[in-house]
Amino acid sequence: MVAVHVQDDLRRVLDEDGRVIKGAQVPVIPEEDLMRIFDTMLLVRTMDDRMMKIQRQGRLGFYMKSIGEEASHFAVYPLRKTDWVFPSYREQGSWFWAGYTIENYIDQLFGNLNDTTKGRQMPVHHSASWLNYVSISSPVGTQIPQAVGTGMAMSISKTDGVALTFFGEGTSSTGEFHVGMNFAGVTKAPVVFVCRNNGWAISVPMEKQTAAKTFASKAVGYGMPGVRVDGNDILAVIQAAQEAVDRARAGDGPTMIEALTYRREGHSSSDDPSVYRDPDEPVSWDKKDPLNRLRGYLKHKGLYSPEHEKERAAQYNEEITAALARADEAGLPPLESLFEDVYEDPTWPLREQREYLLAQQRTKSPHKH
Amino acid sequence: MPTMNIIQAVNDALRLEMTREPKVVVLGEDVGKFGGVFRATSGLYDEFGPERVIDTPLAEAGIIGTAIGMALYGIRPVPEIQFADFIYPAFDQIVNELAKFRYRSGGQYPCPVVIRTPYGGGIRGGHYHSQSPEAMFIHTAGLKVVVPSNPYDAKGLLLSCLRQNDPVLFMEPKRIYRASRGDVPAEDYTIPLGQAKVVREGEQVTLIAYGAMVPIAEEAAQKAAEQSISCEVIDLRTLSPFDIDTLLVSAKKTGRVVIVHEAARTCGFGAELATSIYERAIEYLEGPIQRVTGFDTPFPYSLEHEYMPNADRVLAAVRATLEW
Repeated sequence: MVAVHVQDDLRRVLDEDGRVIKGAQVPVIPEEDLMRIFDTMLLVRTMDDRMMKIQRQGRLGFYMKSIGEEASHFAVYPLRKTDWVFPSYREQGSWFWAGYTIENYIDQLFGNLNDTTKGRQMPVHHSASWLNYVSISSPVGTQIPQAVGTGMAMSISKTDGVALTFFGEGTSSTGEFHVGMNFAGVTKAPVVFVCRNNGWAISVPMEKQTAAKTFASKAVGYGMPGVRVDGNDILAVIQAAQEAVDRARAGDGPTMIEALTYRREGHSSSDDPSVYRDPDEPVSWDKKDPLNRLRGYLKHKGLYSPEHEKERAAQYNEEITAALARADEAGLPPLESLFEDVYEDPTWPLREQREYLLAQQRTKSPHKH
Repeated sequence: MPTMNIIQAVNDALRLEMTREPKVVVLGEDVGKFGGVFRATSGLYDEFGPERVIDTPLAEAGIIGTAIGMALYGIRPVPEIQFADFIYPAFDQIVNELAKFRYRSGGQYPCPVVIRTPYGGGIRGGHYHSQSPEAMFIHTAGLKVVVPSNPYDAKGLLLSCLRQNDPVLFMEPKRIYRASRGDVPAEDYTIPLGQAKVVREGEQVTLIAYGAMVPIAEEAAQKAAEQSISCEVIDLRTLSPFDIDTLLVSAKKTGRVVIVHEAARTCGFGAELATSIYERAIEYLEGPIQRVTGFDTPFPYSLEHEYMPNADRVLAAVRATLEW
């Protein structure tokens, strides 16, 4: 058996003001990347704010914010273009980092003609094969064994690719978490498991998901290292992810990262945390805000300029406004598309049903969005 | 031409395709050194090695989940579920994931996984080694369902499944795994999906069956012939999408239809077949379509011989439709 190490102590590089903690090793990240990460986090926050507003106005059916969790998205920072990501539904920043555009994002939310998934799923269920970002599923944890399968396929194909998967701490209760971790441990698949522990699975606190001291400690049962990092500390997240990706790429097997963060708002636009959570609890996390900590770090490095942030925020707002206008005008995917992609070629029942539907009067959607 | 049973034909198809296409891998419980509990993957481990013939941990959701991940990446996985009765832990991965990947991603992510699984009763296996769960999967948009009834079809159909780009559930009739023997060409050949086969021509009654019920229907047709009743027997081979044209030609000719399956009756596949025929050919029918099926009970152990459709029951249904 291979001895594996679980790091239960929270790994941190930055303090709450963005200063490097004494004695902490700082990962090597080019300055322009640090700036781009900051910009991408700013985009996520701007996007989340705008999308939730239009959801409240009735222009969007559903939305999920990630405010306060943005740093954890950058576990994908060490990945290459040839690596694969099996996302959950709250990692917007990783998509933008990989190259998913504001238009891509908003068109999917609207399920319109330009949606690259052809309006097949409700908002927030993106898919981008050109980025190796796999289609998101609502049932949690299903992506975990799939990521392992892709990792196994990378090994079989003799590539040095890495598959990374995101999930929440609630998902660690599922069978698929166990199954996926176990398969990865046994096969030494090049996989990085990123558990975004944001404290809450809709209304259920993390204490009700596990009796283990930490989520990272679960890794030991699968024969892989587990690392617990401050998920609001961008440098700690990237450092842990870099180590895990390097291990995977070198053929040394999988790693689980628990990124400790906090869901500051509701699970989704349909949620109301005031029913189940002490309203003071989120406030205590405001001072750990990941964007603010990165901003502080940039200031200490002399890289921050308030003008730049203002300009960027304004630019993103403009781009979002423009994308929303286009998305509104785009209209729905064509009726025939309902029957496409069930199979490579439509089977006779689908052809028959398509002819039937095309011959009917069009039905007006009862939904405005 | 070599003579093979269904197991050997499946094995032959896998070996042939693994030789031709390096992307094909087999995975599942006991499929490696042991060659599978029914020996369908026998010898493949030695020939192709542990990277392409993978003994997985014991978890069906993991077998299908990892197979999905492989297929997304461009590998051609052929997972084995040891018994169809054990498929339910993987139900979500099959129904919600595998079958929906192409659709939900707007065509970005085809997911060609061919799941092989032995199904059906008559082997003294009780509830957990005898089930015929095909209807649940035929009801699943995005999945194809194929059931061979003999070695020749098993090889040709499996090769077809491995060379198309949709997920397939390939259900193997384990009761006749070894009992069904026949000539199987050593060379490469395919049988198109979606095409039924008229395995016996007849004039008065159409018998529709698949898998292990095909020999039962043929036996019934033989008994009927001894009573001067001419039955046509159709082997569906592909259940989804099934071959409506062949069924209609026969039903219109005979005017009488008996459907045989060993799965439970209510919402069984026979219901869909019967309705599809009624919708398109009711004016040709001389009497109600008969169904000879398993019962709406769990699959039993001691009384399985009573549960399973047999030739006498099929013959009784033939007489009932003639005498209606």
